[in-house]
Amino acid sequence: MSGKTLFEKIWNDHAVHTTEDGYTLLYIGRHLAHDGSGHAFGFLEKRGLKVRRPELTFATPDHGVPTTSHKLEDITDPMQRRAVETLTRNAANHNVTLFDLGDSRQGIVHVVGPEQGITLPGLVMVCGDSHTSTHGALGALAFGIGASDVFHVLATQTTWQRKPDAMRVTVDGERPFGVTAKDIILSIIAEIGANGAARHVVEYAGAAIRALTIEERLTVCNMSIEAGARAGIIAPDETTFSYVEGRPFAPKGKDWEMALDQWRALPSDADATFSREVRMDAATFAPMLTWGTSPEDALPITGSVPDPDKETNPERRQAMQATLDYIGLKPGTKLEDVPVDRVFIGSCTNSRIEDLRAVAEVARQGTAKVPAMISPGSTLVKLQAEKEGLDEIFRKAGFEWRESGCSMCVGMNGDLVAAGERCASTSNRNFPGRQGKGARTHLMSPAMAAAAALTGRFTDVRSFAQKG
Amino acid sequence: MEKFTTLTAVAAPMDRPNIDTDQLLPARFLRRPRAEGFGDVLFIDQRLKDDGTPNPDFVLNQPAYKDAHIIVADRNFGGGSSREGAPWALLDYGIRCVVASSFGDIFYNNSLKNGLLPVRLPEDVVKAIRDQLHDKPGATISVDLEKQTVIAPDGTSHAFDIESFRKTSLLKGLDDIGMTFEHEAEISAFEDGFGKRHPWLFART
Ligand code: SF4
Repeated sequence: MSGKTLFEKIWNDHAVHTTEDGYTLLYIGRHLAHDGSGHAFGFLEKRGLKVRRPELTFATPDHGVPTTSHKLEDITDPMQRRAVETLTRNAANHNVTLFDLGDSRQGIVHVVGPEQGITLPGLVMVCGDSHTSTHGALGALAFGIGASDVFHVLATQTTWQRKPDAMRVTVDGERPFGVTAKDIILSIIAEIGANGAARHVVEYAGAAIRALTIEERLTVCNMSIEAGARAGIIAPDETTFSYVEGRPFAPKGKDWEMALDQWRALPSDADATFSREVRMDAATFAPMLTWGTSPEDALPITGSVPDPDKETNPERRQAMQATLDYIGLKPGTKLEDVPVDRVFIGSCTNSRIEDLRAVAEVARQGTAKVPAMISPGSTLVKLQAEKEGLDEIFRKAGFEWRESGCSMCVGMNGDLVAAGERCASTSNRNFPGRQGKGARTHLMSPAMAAAAALTGRFTDVRSFAQKG
Repeated sequence: MEKFTTLTAVAAPMDRPNIDTDQLLPARFLRRPRAEGFGDVLFIDQRLKDDGTPNPDFVLNQPAYKDAHIIVADRNFGGGSSREGAPWALLDYGIRCVVASSFGDIFYNNSLKNGLLPVRLPEDVVKAIRDQLHDKPGATISVDLEKQTVIAPDGTSHAFDIESFRKTSLLKGLDDIGMTFEHEAEISAFEDGFGKRHPWLFART
């Protein structure tokens, strides 16, 4: 019998029951809730049920919170305000741990989980949000679920799942100067496609992945869902353990030793098999950005807008033309010649302290030519950045320094990109209408977004970094 | 959940790949209570023009597809956000089945839990069905969940896969929780062992 993959080991450790046709009732190690969890708590109350294991659910408001202030009364949209209030009430009624507005531990749920040590290697974790894949960076099997499933998890601490297949993306080699974790994941998605990993858990492996910090791994795993993956995961190693150790909800003392023993046994066995393998060489990567309306539409900054006339498949040609009509770009235009209207730095992809330091490195070299705003991933990240004086650099360079939340990634709090406006964004989705109706979103790394702010157009950050 | 057995209905072709859940249901409607319904906001930014009048170019607005209960799409339908409002919007609008060559995984699961049948067929088959629908706007297709077949407008029959676990709940209109409660003793026994293996998870800090 062949060995087991990392994800299979975690799966097996959480499998309560498996039906004849391979559906598994999976136990949920930790569940994260946010201000979008109202439907699920509502279903629970309607059925007269209780939260089965309240100590395994952690909640924080993020999607609809304002970034100009963290006061509840400053939420102008009554629906969003009600959602945040409802989360507070649900957490209290059901005895669930809450990091509410005003608590320094508040933030985007996928930033808060790792930061607080809620996210741990070897766990099955869920959240009613597709970017739950983020938590795989620490060696957890973490995936997004819908409201019906969140309700089911609250009531039973389990979920019925078909076992996904295992896929491995190995990135060998050393990434060149100027290439960030965001460029790695955009390169992977461009290679395998927006549904290239559908029904699979993607394990990221190889020297270039091992060399990443945990924050960089979080960026990579975050966008697994943009390749259609059920989850993304990276084997826990010493980098992981030293990140987790000492965090508030991480095991301590004797428990820490016991946990470490378990976690060291998690990496995929040498003879484990994957149903699909993809290999890439980080040495060939460059700073990337998206030109279209799917994360798979990614190109190096040195590239040009593709030409639908060169596409031989008529349906694909039509789709590409529709994309260009929406995004307002002409075929053949050099990406570096495209002007931007605004810049957004934030979201669960790129709003952690290392991201903000990278932005500061660029921001200290000039002044923003277009509106640029920064929303840190959590209030603790905000405080840390201020301790390091990064906020001073941002303000001096004309960037707006905001409170933490999902903000312009999804625009639910009113931070919107206007119709027809072009936004350089560090978030994860460039879908039509994602940042606001008619908004044109271009995904890129924090350093690239900062460079775009300083020049007012897409810019190869390597020209900046060399000057610095 | 409403059960799904068989359906013969007008099918609307949607040629673009990657129709994500943000397009199906923009984020600004996510805070609506379920009881208010989401049918009026399905594809709203494409279905309606800026002045709120129907966009005649959008497929579901064309007279031939007035009674469509099926959508035949391309690849990666329902990718993106986990919002369950996406299948709710389709259902409330009257769509009971979506045929595509691939789906976003979370959307696929969410659909099954709400009585919306996602049917996966090979890319060339899906393309052929869309071509037939373009040739004869308003043509119907038939879906039989028990037999796991789709009958295209030209009469050809195509078998699709669905796990029997999901098939049974759809046919009977059952949601997961009833079945899960039957495993209550097993969950409790599992939980004991799990708690011993990972005691730190259950300790409240
Ligand atoms: S930052 Fe964006 S992608 Fe991340 S959880 Fe919030 S809305 Fe979702």
